[in-house]
Amino acid sequence: MKITMGAVVMGGTSVLYPTGAWRDQRPVIDHEACKSCDTCRDVCPDSSVFVQEDVYYIDYDFCKGCGLCAYECPVDAIAMILEEK
Amino acid sequence: MGAVKVVEGSQAVAEAVRACRPQVISAYPISPQTHIVETLAQMVADGELGSRYLRVESEFSAASVLAGASCAGSRCYTASSSQGLLLMTEVLYASAGMRLPFVITGVNRSISAPITIQVDQQDTISLRDTGLIQLYAESSQEAYDMHLAAFKIAEDPGIMLPVMVCMDGWILTHSYERIDFLDQQDVDRFLPPFKPANLMEVEDPKTWGSYSEENVLMEFRYALQKSMDYAQERIPQVMGDLASYTGRDYGGLIEAYATDDAEVILVAMGSVTGTLKDAVDQMREAGRKVGLIKIRCFRPFPARQIWEAVRGAKVVAVLDANVSLGSEGALGLDLKAKLCGRPDGPLVVDFIAGLGGREINPLVAEDIVDQALEAAQAPTPPWAPIWVGLDASIVA
Amino acid sequence: MNASAQENRMELFAPGHRACHGCGMALSVRHILKATGNQVAVVTPTGCLETFSSPYGYSPWRVPWIHHLFENGPSVASGVAAALDAQGRGDVRVVAIGGDGSTFDIGFAALSGMFERDDDVLYICVDNGAYMNTGGQRSGATPTYASTTTDPVGKLRPGKLQHKKDLPAIVAAHGAAYVATASVAYRKDLQKKVKRAMEFHGARYLQIDTPCPSVWGFPSDHTLEVGRLGVASGLVPLFEMEYGNVTKVRKIKPITVDKYLRGQKRFRHLFADEQGAELVAKLQQMADANIAKYGLSSQSGGQ
Repeated sequence: MKITMGAVVMGGTSVLYPTGAWRDQRPVIDHEACKSCDTCRDVCPDSSVFVQEDVYYIDYDFCKGCGLCAYECPVDAIAMILEEK
Repeated sequence: MGAVKVVEGSQAVAEAVRACRPQVISAYPISPQTHIVETLAQMVADGELGSRYLRVESEFSAASVLAGASCAGSRCYTASSSQGLLLMTEVLYASAGMRLPFVITGVNRSISAPITIQVDQQDTISLRDTGLIQLYAESSQEAYDMHLAAFKIAEDPGIMLPVMVCMDGWILTHSYERIDFLDQQDVDRFLPPFKPANLMEVEDPKTWGSYSEENVLMEFRYALQKSMDYAQERIPQVMGDLASYTGRDYGGLIEAYATDDAEVILVAMGSVTGTLKDAVDQMREAGRKVGLIKIRCFRPFPARQIWEAVRGAKVVAVLDANVSLGSEGALGLDLKAKLCGRPDGPLVVDFIAGLGGREINPLVAEDIVDQALEAAQAPTPPWAPIWVGLDASIVA
Repeated sequence: MNASAQENRMELFAPGHRACHGCGMALSVRHILKATGNQVAVVTPTGCLETFSSPYGYSPWRVPWIHHLFENGPSVASGVAAALDAQGRGDVRVVAIGGDGSTFDIGFAALSGMFERDDDVLYICVDNGAYMNTGGQRSGATPTYASTTTDPVGKLRPGKLQHKKDLPAIVAAHGAAYVATASVAYRKDLQKKVKRAMEFHGARYLQIDTPCPSVWGFPSDHTLEVGRLGVASGLVPLFEMEYGNVTKVRKIKPITVDKYLRGQKRFRHLFADEQGAELVAKLQQMADANIAKYGLSSQSGGQ
């Protein structure tokens, strides 16, 4: 790809760089226990929690596994599980 | 054609800047550029100029404001001198790298220490490697014209670099000269509004100033170099275009003066070239084959044009109003580097001349010519530059 | 990928940025932009945020974003604001977001200039109290007795001896219309303050406490817990000032400072011996002074 003048790039292109590869722990949501309070989505530094029809999911393409969602979850509905190859 | 008025050099520049309709001007005081930004401030205060005028707290910020304004798509301008230009250095590197065009007047003044407000070109020369395009004016009229051209050069889609118009402090900025002004409508025809390719739009957000790694950094520098090469072609075209409005054609990147059959060719930049033209005339009258090359554009460096003009001469005497301490003057170094190894080229002798306002008059010029010829007779070229008008007896 | 995940990826501060695990700064920026909406241009001086959000070809910014240099964030922002104003595009507002190194230290003159000129910029300092991008060196924002790589704990020194620069007060002294502090631990409050700041014109300042797991030395899932403890201890007072007067504070039920300090490696030395206990007591005095000065305690009424 040709370089751009002055290294100007399009905004939002970071989504081409999935940071999920950085993860050594995986958050897993217990959908039974989840009260859909939105905390996990709110606290994610990597915008990697999404909600669909009131059900919360992790975007594993980008989740780095920091564990904030699990720690902050008021009903302990998220477990951090070691990634295995 | 427009009005003719006798004005101070600083006012001539301010009038040129006003005619170019910059949207943003930043200003920080330093002698001897201050009259320019003061004149612009008065124009803004009187409603004659609609620019946003930012009175910043340092030259660093003066240049930084331009970087921001240029990035946001506005034509913009500031002026500085000496220490102020040095303080801008980092901003200028980054702005050139990010391809942010703006125009600076570099009013030439020596660099501390000892502190002085006298003239030489050490300040602007020190910005040599920033990616700035550097133009040097002989007169205030030429400075006026160069400012009109500078915005068009800076904003050229193939260039997109900051441009600095250099003019000697006091000698030009504070002396009165008859100036032919170009009508506003002609300026507007010559210089349309700035329309950058990358607009700052919220609907199509872009990122400026990315972090880069070893896979692309060298290519970005090469792209800058290529734009400098392109500027070598484009600058004479822009100046030619302007000359069609003004009727004043100074030549392109250089002005060759009486060089055709010259044995000795002086090379210099800035207001001293006016003096040197008189000196050349006097020496010619005395039967000496002397010529002059006035370098109008120092970056990009017009090596080919200089080579074409000097290749028949015996010796080239470079007047450097700067010195790269521990080596020679910047102009001499460039000429030697570029002419080195070309068959039958002239000897290049570097003279450090005019530092801190040391006078250069026709007699001094004649002495330089003599010394250059003497050097040409010597069995080997000199290793050290020759300091002109130096009182070595007071140096411990 | 489904539509909702796509929506997350379309946030104004998109994922794919390269902040460390549990970065308080990245989370702050996400919420700053949620509060401003997309009618802004952002200027970021050199620092962590710049580095992790701008690798060439991979930008998380879905608003116009500029990085230029370390010490000129405020002046570049002034230039952008002046240009947009000159172009009749004053509806696009300018927000500068810089770290404490650029804000408190190297860009301080430019910051002061911008506030003296009262240029229409919201300047946000995402403060993690040291130069994290270069490995955690001491800054003017480093808190007292924190150990940093350039002011480390040693036999002769307990880390930084001086106070953290009171930048909100300094900025307020310029006559700024709005000055506030926030913490990433309280994101609704953070967003509210950003929105409030955007109601004013001229130069405004918001300082956000953004705990840094990597350099403060705590687990990456504790970022917000550490932030909450800092606020609760009184060492990180949250307040709003308008035209130099404190208008609102976030009330706390004060906890002792050791509860905040103990969980961080940068303060570990304070719990090693009796000398450390004396220093903790001094930090407690600082917290108590903050609590008194701003009327932070919910038990004491205050402001």
